[in-house]
Amino acid sequence: MIQFPAEQLQNLHRLAPEIVLCFFGIIIMVADPFLGPAKQRILGWVAFAGTLIALISVRLMALDQGMAYNNLISADGFSIFVHVVIIGAAALAILGSMQYLDQEGIQRGEYYSLVLFAAAGMGILAGANELVTAFIGLEMSSISTYILAGFRRRAVKSNEAGLKYFILGSFATAFFLYGIAMVYGSTGTTRIDLVRDALETMIAGPQGRLDSLSIVGLALIFVGLGFKVVAAPFHIYGPDVYEGAPTPVTALLASGPKAATFALMLRIFYVGFGTTDGLWFWPIAISAVLTLCIGNFAALVQTNVKRMLAYSSIAHAGYILVAFAAGTVYGVAAVLFYLAAYVLMKVGAFLVIAHLGQRDEQRLEITDYAGLGTKQPVLAACFTLFLFSLLGLPATGGFLGKFFAFQAALDSRIVWLVVIAAINSVVGAYYYLRVIVAMYFWEPSKDYTPSKVAPALVLALSIAAIGTLYLGILPSHVLDYAKAAADSLTLH
Amino acid sequence: MQSHLLSVIIFLPLLGLPALLMLRSDDHTWIRRIALAVSLAEFIISLAFLLPTFDSAIPGYQFVENHRWIGDMIRYHIGVDGISLFLVLLTTFLTPLAILCSWNSIHEYVKGFFVALLVIETAMIGVFVSLDLFLFFVFWEMTLIPMYFLVGIWGHTRRIYAAVKFILYTMFGSILMLVAILWLYNLSSGASGAVRTFDLVELVGRLQRGDIVIPAHTELWLFGAFFLAFAIKVPLFPLHTWLPDAHTEAPTAGSVILAGVMLKLGTYGMMRFCLPLFPDSAHRMAPLIGVLAIIGIVYGALVATIQPNFKRLIAYTSVSHLGFVVLGIFSFTTISFQGAIFQMISHGVSTGALFLGLGMIYDRRHTYEIKEFGGLVNPMPVLMSFFLFVCLSSLALPPLNGFIGEFLILIGVFQHHHAWASWAASGSVLSAIYLLWSYQRVALGELSNEKNRTLPDASGRERLILVTVALAIVFMGVASPLFTRRMQTSTDTLVQQTKGLQRNDATRSPGPAPALAAGQRMLLAPPQPLHDRSLTSTAPRTVQP
Repeated sequence: MIQFPAEQLQNLHRLAPEIVLCFFGIIIMVADPFLGPAKQRILGWVAFAGTLIALISVRLMALDQGMAYNNLISADGFSIFVHVVIIGAAALAILGSMQYLDQEGIQRGEYYSLVLFAAAGMGILAGANELVTAFIGLEMSSISTYILAGFRRRAVKSNEAGLKYFILGSFATAFFLYGIAMVYGSTGTTRIDLVRDALETMIAGPQGRLDSLSIVGLALIFVGLGFKVVAAPFHIYGPDVYEGAPTPVTALLASGPKAATFALMLRIFYVGFGTTDGLWFWPIAISAVLTLCIGNFAALVQTNVKRMLAYSSIAHAGYILVAFAAGTVYGVAAVLFYLAAYVLMKVGAFLVIAHLGQRDEQRLEITDYAGLGTKQPVLAACFTLFLFSLLGLPATGGFLGKFFAFQAALDSRIVWLVVIAAINSVVGAYYYLRVIVAMYFWEPSKDYTPSKVAPALVLALSIAAIGTLYLGILPSHVLDYAKAAADSLTLH
Repeated sequence: MQSHLLSVIIFLPLLGLPALLMLRSDDHTWIRRIALAVSLAEFIISLAFLLPTFDSAIPGYQFVENHRWIGDMIRYHIGVDGISLFLVLLTTFLTPLAILCSWNSIHEYVKGFFVALLVIETAMIGVFVSLDLFLFFVFWEMTLIPMYFLVGIWGHTRRIYAAVKFILYTMFGSILMLVAILWLYNLSSGASGAVRTFDLVELVGRLQRGDIVIPAHTELWLFGAFFLAFAIKVPLFPLHTWLPDAHTEAPTAGSVILAGVMLKLGTYGMMRFCLPLFPDSAHRMAPLIGVLAIIGIVYGALVATIQPNFKRLIAYTSVSHLGFVVLGIFSFTTISFQGAIFQMISHGVSTGALFLGLGMIYDRRHTYEIKEFGGLVNPMPVLMSFFLFVCLSSLALPPLNGFIGEFLILIGVFQHHHAWASWAASGSVLSAIYLLWSYQRVALGELSNEKNRTLPDASGRERLILVTVALAIVFMGVASPLFTRRMQTSTDTLVQQTKGLQRNDATRSPGPAPALAAGQRMLLAPPQPLHDRSLTSTAPRTVQP
């Protein structure tokens, strides 16, 4: 029996979900060549099992909280909350992919292992207490998702998406890296909690303010991360990539990396630059307004439902930024709750689209949704629920997410931002309702034959739908967790 | 012990849903029967348990339930008082009628239709009994979705336009109200540093005691946000443009619910939230709102007069009649409050009945154009006689229900502002013109269109509906003290709440606006001759403020 030193065991516990995810990713890679093309689908279930075990292993993290690997990784309540959100998103995406990949004829093991590696990278992002570690996490998740975005090799759009995402994405990561370098130059450390101390000393010192190097560093970090969460004005790639990527991948792209990057942003801005007294308020607030308006108004004119939802996920980044701008513990809790609700409804909506798109994603226009309410009532009802949640109608998670976000911002007296966000959510109502109009009010098209919904997809959609309702009606538990997580982040 | 009666009344319609959903979707008979049974049970429960046990002497709320819901801040807090009691009854009364009137006129997606009606009933009752701002908002938004589907799926030709217009209009108002609710929540700890709350009773109490002092301009913004949401729902001129479209395109049951109950959500909201939470701003804005209400009364009536489409005509009468209610609310006297509540219920019954009758005509002829009709009384004497009766009730003929409401409002308004009362009274005259003239064109004279010659008269089911409504109309007109007596305590409280802050206020704001001062003088010297004998049970208490 090998005896681990106690410290080593602790480190392993605190990195358990990533270890599990990577382990399953490698297993799938290895098993892939030994299974015939017909049996590749089993690997999907293996990957799903991997995410479930990773979710369980989050418990290990929770039981043994603290810093790991010389303070590079922080396993605190905040990281745990985000881990659950991210791994959940990956699990749903995997469930939703199986039928899709069969239908497109690209059922391959590496797809699933890439999803798992991406999830592991996102997990590192969520827990990173050190900027270079965060960079590694960012690269790990990004490179996996670059490949995933171009996974439909024979489709031009998918190739375009992969290439675009790769080129612009590496550009953005370079910005991020440059920002890290500058912050290091200014503070002499890359550990986020030490950055905080260094900046505090700097403000208390003879100069009485931050030096420009750290401010520019923060700005560059914001550019890099703003790109990943698809916040305006760094959003240009978003709709193209989301539209071109295979739809289950879009579901993952729109949820996981966004949640993880927001988590990292929260840690850098609230902890690292948390004592800088409103330094980053205006960039965040302006970006929030731009993101909201661009996302919502551009979505108004879309006729392709997938592209419309891509713009809608830009708009949702805007609502999250509104809560972000609050700058309080409550703001962090609101962001976390929003992320949980957002992941469920967005993944759910994209998975419905993935199914309805049928072979080669032909049926994505809004006219293709005509009369869905009579052809496939249950699926249409699910989609309606997700759309209502995205719209922000009560009794859904999306509503409470917005509610807490607005409340957090109002708590910090940012009334104007809340009013803009509120008006934007009515603009948003228009395009979500248009899909519902098509599904229920239009005559069904004759040439459409619904395809069967696979059990895996049924499972994924049920989880997303029940979760959305649960967060909308009985949010107390999740809200308490989010608050505790927010506390753990800002306690340092 | 807490009674759970109100929760039962709120959620009973939802309990019918599993039964409905389990039925086969082409089993129309049983779908209808179960929906009707559920809504009837609902009505009987509210009539047999809620009404008799309601104690009109108790100030404040009854049948209160108060549980933790979300965290410490949001509670499931419900209760009724004299203001909401009859609105709940109105809802439970009209829903079975709406179900009954759609018996044969809905052929597509029958199941969905009745599901929507039951969900909407739950949501509306929820709005009327919520005492927590968050809970209220949840129910408030919940009313939109089923109505949106009712109009959009089962409506007439321009239904999609009407449905989208309806929902976007209302959502725009309500989202700003949500911001205001949150803002109020943030202010609610006040100087004493108490726990912040969404609880209406607690908020009003803190405001009355002066624990929370809202700066005047903030209060005005908050009032504005709440008022905008409610004014769109009412709808108050000039925010009424969604209403004719929604009404005209909605199926009969949708119109009945929309005109009968949903418009009252707005006026109810004004009474329940705008006045006690923001009394200063209500007084400051009252002159403007009063003028808008009067414009609505006259404009709605004039536009109604020239409508070629009968349903659109009746839709515009709602703009006019609801103007009375708003005017009554913003006159701040006990009697005008009672008039406003009475007018809400009475409008619900009368206009609901107009739409029911019109729906029966539509079922036969599939048009609402007045020029298609003429001399309808010949083939359908029973139906058209009832229709005349309902028209008379709607144009406020004594002793029917419409008269009581308008009269109480006019008395109250007269005490507050002479000119308003006289302008508003012109609306009553105009209502006689548009209703009688249109009735004449539709029903009287020679049969002008051959298609109408063979129309069957009212069937047994339709007669049942019409007789029920007619009885309600007469009962409300004759036995009005039974209603006003139960409102008395609550309206007195409301008057106190609206005025109470005014007194504290002298110390912190530059004093009431001139128009208000004039109004108050009038309150102190009420015109004596206006005391009608038949109204003694309600009138005198307003004299001494």
